[in-house]
Amino acid sequence: MTDAVTVTDLVVDRGHRRVLPGLSCAVPAGRVTGLLGPSGSGKTTLLRALVGVQRIRSGTVTVLGEPAGSPGLRSRVGYVTQAPSVYPDLTVRENARHFAALYGRSAAAADDALAAVGMAGAAGQLVADLSGGQRGRASLACALVGEPELLVLDEPTVGLDPVLRVELWDRFHALAAAGTTLLVSSHVMDEAGRCDRLLLLREGVLLADVTPGELREDAGTADLEEAFLTLVRRGEQVAA
Amino acid sequence: MSTVTAVLSPRLTAATTGRVLRQLRHDHRTIAMMVLLPSLLLGLLYLLWRDVPALPGQPTVFDRVGLTMLGVFPFVVMFLVTSIAMLRERTSGTLERLLTTPLSRLDLLLGYGTAFGLAAAVQAAVTVTVATTLYDLDVAGSLWLVVLIAVADALLGVALGLLASAFARSEFQAVQFMPVVVLPQFFLCGLLVPREQMAGWLQAVSDVLPLTYAVEALQEVGRSSTGTGTMWTDVGVVAGAAVLALALAAATLRRRSS
Repeated sequence: MTDAVTVTDLVVDRGHRRVLPGLSCAVPAGRVTGLLGPSGSGKTTLLRALVGVQRIRSGTVTVLGEPAGSPGLRSRVGYVTQAPSVYPDLTVRENARHFAALYGRSAAAADDALAAVGMAGAAGQLVADLSGGQRGRASLACALVGEPELLVLDEPTVGLDPVLRVELWDRFHALAAAGTTLLVSSHVMDEAGRCDRLLLLREGVLLADVTPGELREDAGTADLEEAFLTLVRRGEQVAA
Repeated sequence: MSTVTAVLSPRLTAATTGRVLRQLRHDHRTIAMMVLLPSLLLGLLYLLWRDVPALPGQPTVFDRVGLTMLGVFPFVVMFLVTSIAMLRERTSGTLERLLTTPLSRLDLLLGYGTAFGLAAAVQAAVTVTVATTLYDLDVAGSLWLVVLIAVADALLGVALGLLASAFARSEFQAVQFMPVVVLPQFFLCGLLVPREQMAGWLQAVSDVLPLTYAVEALQEVGRSSTGTGTMWTDVGVVAGAAVLALALAAATLRRRSS
C-alpha cells in the first residue's frame, strides 16, 4: 500500500504557540483516513500544511510525490475548509461553476458535483439563503468538481443531520473505491468507525496510527470514544 | 501528469472577472448606487454653482470642478468597493481556498481589475452623458477621452484598494484607509489650490501622487479639442501607478500564512 501523503518532523508555530512540535505521519492512498482529536489538537493546522497554505517552521510534507503546495498539485488536491468557503452572494450553481472553471472542468461537471451532494434541487438558490448544512455541502461540491486525487476535508459533517451524514460517508467510500485518497478531520469519535484508518492527534502529537478495529482491540473496548480516552490516559501515565 | 500553474492564464482571469460581475449582478442596490450616485452628486455641485458668475474668458467653476469630479468619483468608489470585496475574500476563507486551486495570484488581481474596470466604464458613460446633457458641462475635447481617463482612475482605485486590503484586518480598518489614501491626493491634486501656488514641498508631494495626473489629464481634455501630449503622458502615469500598485498587491498576497 503506497502513501499519498508523508509528513516528516513537521514543526509549525502559530503566533507564540507551537501547534505541531515535530509530527510524522502518513496517509495511505485510495483510503478514507480519519484525522481525529479534540478541538485545538492541531488538525486544521496539519491539513493547511498539506494543501500548502500553512507557513511551516521545519520538516517536510510530501503530497502525491511532490512538496506540499507545489503549483503542479493545485489541480490534484481538493480542500474543503471547516467554515464553508463559498460566495454567499452567488447561487449554488454559480459557485460550483466558478470552481469548475478554475479546475478546467465543464459546467456539466459542476451540475454533477451538485447532484452528488444532493444539492441539485437548490442549485438556483443564493448561498446566503441556505442553511448551514446546505452551505457545507455546496462547499464540498466546489472541491468534488475538480475530481482531485487527494481530497482534504476539515470537519465536513459538522451541523449535518444523521441521514445526510451517513450519505456523505457513503460518498466518501465510493470516491475511495474509485481511487481517491480522502483525509477527513473530525472531533466526533463516533465517525472514527467509518474510516479505514485513524490518525489520533492530541496537542500536536500523534497518539496512534491504527485501524478502528486495532484501536478497539488495543484499548479493550468496543466504544471508540472510550478507546481514545484510554490512549490519552496511558500517555499521561507514561509522561508522569 | 502534473500541470504547472502559469503565472497568468487569460482563461482563469476571465473566470474571475465573470464571477465578480455575477456577484455584483445579484446586488441590485450596489449597482444602482454605483451607476447613479456620481450623477446625483454632480447635480448637487451644478445647482451649487449655477448662479455664480464666471470671470470673462475663464471656464465656470462647475466646468472646472465638475470635470475633475468625473475622475475623482470612479477613483473613490472603486477603491472602497475593491478593498471591501478583497477583505471579504480574505475573511470568508474563499481566498485561502482560491490559493489552493490552479488560479494564480495575478489572475485573481487582474480578474478583479477587469471586472471593476468594466463597471467603471458603465459608470463613467452614464455620468458623462448626464453631465453634458442635463448639467451643460462644457468639455472642449472628446467625451470618449473623459471616459477613458475615468476608467484609468477607476483602475488606479481598484489597484490601490487591492493593496490597502492587505493591510486591513477588519472592515472597520479597510473603510478608514479610504480617507488616508484618497483625501491627501484630493487636497493636493490642484483643484482646491492651483499647484503653482502651493508651497514647494507640497508641490513636490503632489508631484508623486497619481491623482494629480488624473486631474491634469481631465483639465487638458476640458480646454483642448484634441488629445494633447501632456494628457497622454498623464494617462500613462496613472496607468503606470495602477500597474505598480497591482504588482505590490500581488507581492503582499502570500499563499502561505501563519
